Amino acid sequence: MIQDSGMLKHSLQRLLGLIPTLLMLVTVAFFLIRVAPGGPFDSEKLLPPEVEANLSARYHLDEPVLQQYFRYVGQIAALDFGPSYHYKDWTVNELIAQSFPVSLTVGLSAMVLAFFVGTLLGIAAALRQNTRTDYSLMGFAMLGMSVPNFVIAPVLILLLAVYAGWLPAGGWDWSIAYMVLPVITLSLPAIAYIARLTRGSMIEVLNSNFIRTARAKGLPESTVIRRHALRPALLPVISFLGPATAAMISGSVVIERIFSIPGLGSYFVQGALNRDYTLVMGVVIFYGFLIIILNFLVDLVYAWLNPKIRYDEKR
Amino acid sequence: MTKSAENPVLDPFEAALGVSDVKGRSPWEDAWHRLLKNRAAVYSAFIMAFIILLVIFGPMLISWESDFTDWDYTSSRPSIESGHWFGTDAVGRDILVRTLEGGRISLLVGLVATIVSLVIGVGYGATAGYFGGAADRLMMRAVDIIYALPFMFIVVLLMVVFGRHIVLIFVAIGAFNWLDMARIVRGQTLSLKNTEFIEAARACGVGDWAIIRRHIIPNLLGVVMVYVTLTIPQVILVESFLSFLGLGVQEPMSSWGALVSDGAQDMESAPWTLIVPSVFLTVTLYCFNYIGDGLRDALDPKDRL
Amino acid sequence: MAVLLGACGNDNQQIIGSRDREIRPVELVLTEDGRPDPSVLAEIQELNRDNGDEPQTLDPHRAEGMPSANILRDLFEGLTSGAPDGRIIPGAAIRWNISRDGKTYTFYLRRDALWSNGDPVTADDFVYGLRRSANPSTASNFAQALLPIENAAEVLSGALPTSELGVSAMDEFTLQIKMRDPTPYFLSLLNHPSTFPVHRSSVLEHGAAFSRPGNLVSNGAYVLSNWVIRSRIELVKNENYWDAENVILEKIHYYPFVDQGTALKQFRAGKLHWTSSVPSNQFKWLQKHYPGELVTSPWFASYFFGFNLQREPFIANPDLRLALALAIDRELITEKVTQFGELPSYNLVPPGIRDYVSPLPGWADWTQQERNDEARRLYAAAGYTEEDPLRFEIRYNVGENNKKLALAAASLWKQVLGAQATLVNEESKVFLRSREQKVLTQVFRAGWIGDYADAYTFLNLFRTGYGRNDYGYSNSLYDSLLDEIAAERIPSRRRRLMFEAERVLLADVPFIPVYTYVTKRMVDPRLAGWESNVMDHHYSKNMFFLKDASDVPAPVADEVSSTGVSAADETVPPENETGMPGPADTKDAADAVEEGEVTEEAKESAPGNVEDESPEKDGEAVPEERAE
Repeated sequence: MIQDSGMLKHSLQRLLGLIPTLLMLVTVAFFLIRVAPGGPFDSEKLLPPEVEANLSARYHLDEPVLQQYFRYVGQIAALDFGPSYHYKDWTVNELIAQSFPVSLTVGLSAMVLAFFVGTLLGIAAALRQNTRTDYSLMGFAMLGMSVPNFVIAPVLILLLAVYAGWLPAGGWDWSIAYMVLPVITLSLPAIAYIARLTRGSMIEVLNSNFIRTARAKGLPESTVIRRHALRPALLPVISFLGPATAAMISGSVVIERIFSIPGLGSYFVQGALNRDYTLVMGVVIFYGFLIIILNFLVDLVYAWLNPKIRYDEKR
Repeated sequence: MTKSAENPVLDPFEAALGVSDVKGRSPWEDAWHRLLKNRAAVYSAFIMAFIILLVIFGPMLISWESDFTDWDYTSSRPSIESGHWFGTDAVGRDILVRTLEGGRISLLVGLVATIVSLVIGVGYGATAGYFGGAADRLMMRAVDIIYALPFMFIVVLLMVVFGRHIVLIFVAIGAFNWLDMARIVRGQTLSLKNTEFIEAARACGVGDWAIIRRHIIPNLLGVVMVYVTLTIPQVILVESFLSFLGLGVQEPMSSWGALVSDGAQDMESAPWTLIVPSVFLTVTLYCFNYIGDGLRDALDPKDRL
Repeated sequence: MAVLLGACGNDNQQIIGSRDREIRPVELVLTEDGRPDPSVLAEIQELNRDNGDEPQTLDPHRAEGMPSANILRDLFEGLTSGAPDGRIIPGAAIRWNISRDGKTYTFYLRRDALWSNGDPVTADDFVYGLRRSANPSTASNFAQALLPIENAAEVLSGALPTSELGVSAMDEFTLQIKMRDPTPYFLSLLNHPSTFPVHRSSVLEHGAAFSRPGNLVSNGAYVLSNWVIRSRIELVKNENYWDAENVILEKIHYYPFVDQGTALKQFRAGKLHWTSSVPSNQFKWLQKHYPGELVTSPWFASYFFGFNLQREPFIANPDLRLALALAIDRELITEKVTQFGELPSYNLVPPGIRDYVSPLPGWADWTQQERNDEARRLYAAAGYTEEDPLRFEIRYNVGENNKKLALAAASLWKQVLGAQATLVNEESKVFLRSREQKVLTQVFRAGWIGDYADAYTFLNLFRTGYGRNDYGYSNSLYDSLLDEIAAERIPSRRRRLMFEAERVLLADVPFIPVYTYVTKRMVDPRLAGWESNVMDHHYSKNMFFLKDASDVPAPVADEVSSTGVSAADETVPPENETGMPGPADTKDAADAVEEGEVTEEAKESAPGNVEDESPEKDGEAVPEERAE
């Protein structure tokens, strides 16, 4: 096992390593978005040259690209992502601050739902491996991986919002009613992945010598599963959770569009399409930061959960 | 994860080399038998084969051309009299023939993108894992950085920069999807490289690249096969999201994703435009996933204990 | 899913939506002063209005796009304003004088007009507003609306200080604007947000944050009370508005539904009263299930395909261009593809504005068969055969409607001529660049929404060297006609010049006219006080909710009232077989514009409103692609 002091040192190292990674990220995204043809102020109604010059000057787009780059890096060092080019009344910081809580709420709820439903389905299927129950449980779980959510979402809206009238068809407010459908839709693919991962690793664990020993000791099956099999079986799920959670709490453009939710996800795509350079950079950096932090957290949880070495010794 | 004392991944390779000479018990054959016992996987394989044949030869059997606009029957429901057995879309094109031709694109997208990610991922992962040390750290740091880029953002940008060429869609998706593969392969390689037979090869003076090519990569075959069958459906799904965002394949070409996303807009007014391609898409994704699961169950030797 | 979808086809009454399908308003009764009688008004006067997208800004001088303009027209009031039918009516200015040469406008402001914080609205506020709008550091996106004003171009480019802009306050309530050219449509530019006044001390105090709720001081019928980005914008009635007693809606909620399918579902669930558009492809379905709610009406906007005249094979080949134009079956396209009653178009300027009737090319009267025959003859004469067909690319930007139109056109060219058109779909901003560069394009999607109710906004597109002349069209006769139009202030002469210019243009076939857009939306039948108009401007202050007939014990008046303001008038969609509005519809719109006469002085000038928007729909600069 990793020593506590080693753990601390390791953590610090990881966190320091974040800075060069983020800097690389900034650089890649900065130049990538500028390679795309078209600028932030191109529109069907062409701007007179004077107006375009004014706009460029206002946002420093008339400077050489390298100068813009260094200006930008200096800015983000002060955690200022600048004004959005598209949503002109707002700064990127404000936009992220307003939309991230929405995505975080929806994403985390979906993740929690997916975790419980997914693991339950997976365990149930693993215990009845290759039976009809197994197939039908997994068949249900895999729905989320096999039907695009832009099909599932409108069907749910039609059923529950339009025909039944129980829930709003779209829009956002801080109330459960507005969250139900987006959370369900968002969780379906994750349920599928988690159920499959759990089933696979559960089968593996149940067949291990370690579990056989436990069974041989005469422990009841439910105890074997709860006390001994569950933890190792969840390991792959835990490592899946890191990136998956990051993806979910950073919003989904499809879900946000269909349910008209003001989350973070649309900014990745719409920001790119609008050539809203500052907004895109802001969300890309934010996302990178999230990913790195979450992976780090997952590693911590993993180290805490992982009893692997013990098993190996026993063997 | 990879510290287990035995190295089970070794077995298939030993078998291939003839190290294990007990006839009828080769691990590959074992795996094959296990696969055949998995009914879901077997049925899926048959259905998939049928769909592939249908997609390849079906359009030749239908009298409609996929880009023919039948002005007398726009948005018409399925009917025998009109000759459009599964209905038409908003500009009068036959849904069935478009679905079948769209299937070609979807399957091709899945396959090519997967191959691209496979080649990059295996090459990269095996190299990093085999050399280890500073090279490994550097290479994995690069993977971390790419990992931290939001996938949709990159794909959308690539679409914008390179236009809508179909090959570029494959490459763009593949070029991003290799990260997982690289990580898995690196892990496997790390544990492989200290095994006796690699050391033996090295002692015989076999060069690094030759060892990677001849010994490491073949040993990863099992993992790779599972990965491939599970990546294809993922890629098909990603393509459908691009279509939903209006960034999919170029008309008049189509894909299941594009057809489904069009159909989803009109699910009440013209349900057939949604149902026909959705059935194909969903069945295909199910099949690939079942086959992938079956392969993993069959090939993962730990299961055999 | 099949079961569900199958089921919904059968029993519409029960399954179609949770809202009561039988919603019918009571008959509208007007009081003597022409206002709705309080007895017919619903208790709750709150409007849930879908705006199609998040506004880019609520700073009137930096605004661009329909979502911003819709809200800003409710918040602010320019010198002129718009009646429900689109006529230009007095706004903050109660009357005005135009000098003989058409170059000096004098506006007399209302003395009772107040800002929402109680300050009086003065001529200085307008001077400040216009100068701010023209100030280079404001970086206004739509400062071109100001260009007709004296020195505006120089101020915009920074060559002159803003104080040199031809705008001055004669006294507290008198404003004078000097013009560079006589601009007959200038009055309609004055209800465009970029000419709105802003409240000076709050702008100076809050800087960039002045457009936030709590900070924004406005002079229109409503004030901004809440703004949750990409979620909703809430306006409440401005009690200090000079006409507040006649403003009936107490609260407006603007929702930014980007996906029209979702907006429609939310409407069906009874939670929206007004949608910005409806999904394409669903005309028949909507007409069947929501005949009382679906509203379509001609729009001052054209859809056409452009030729790149700087690239072969279309350079010196007007006959070939004409062949392609003839082979497009517009009746077929509007009936089968666009479906919502779009009008087949044979020229550039859409119908529906006062003072102008477009010339038509000779072939407009032919049958499609005759057109096809002529097209084949011209095509063959240009040297193309079945073995050696014309091959070219048709380029369009992302969008459901664009895709269908390009497919339909390519298919018609193939079926009629045997020409091989390859579809090239580009992301919107890339597409705009391709068009502008004129290197890659051959035939491309084009279209235009009129900036103001005047044919000039369309004709100017084809001026040599004009920024959006992506056709590379250049004709010195045409250019000189445009110059004459700009300098002409006598309406009849100006009309003749515009007619002549459009005739010259049509003869050169630099584009393929396809259809005139319609606006299409779902509107709650109880909402009254608004009318369809070609500019598609709808002020919330004119609207009100009628009681639901089922809530009233008295015998229900089941048909349209005779006042002409009833919602029922507007919401009965055309029922003829083609799905196109009958001629009456168009005529109504035209008449609506004709009727309006504001003041003695205003008669001379073109009424109507400005189309401000470069309407950006979910970030794509796609004015034409409202319905996507």
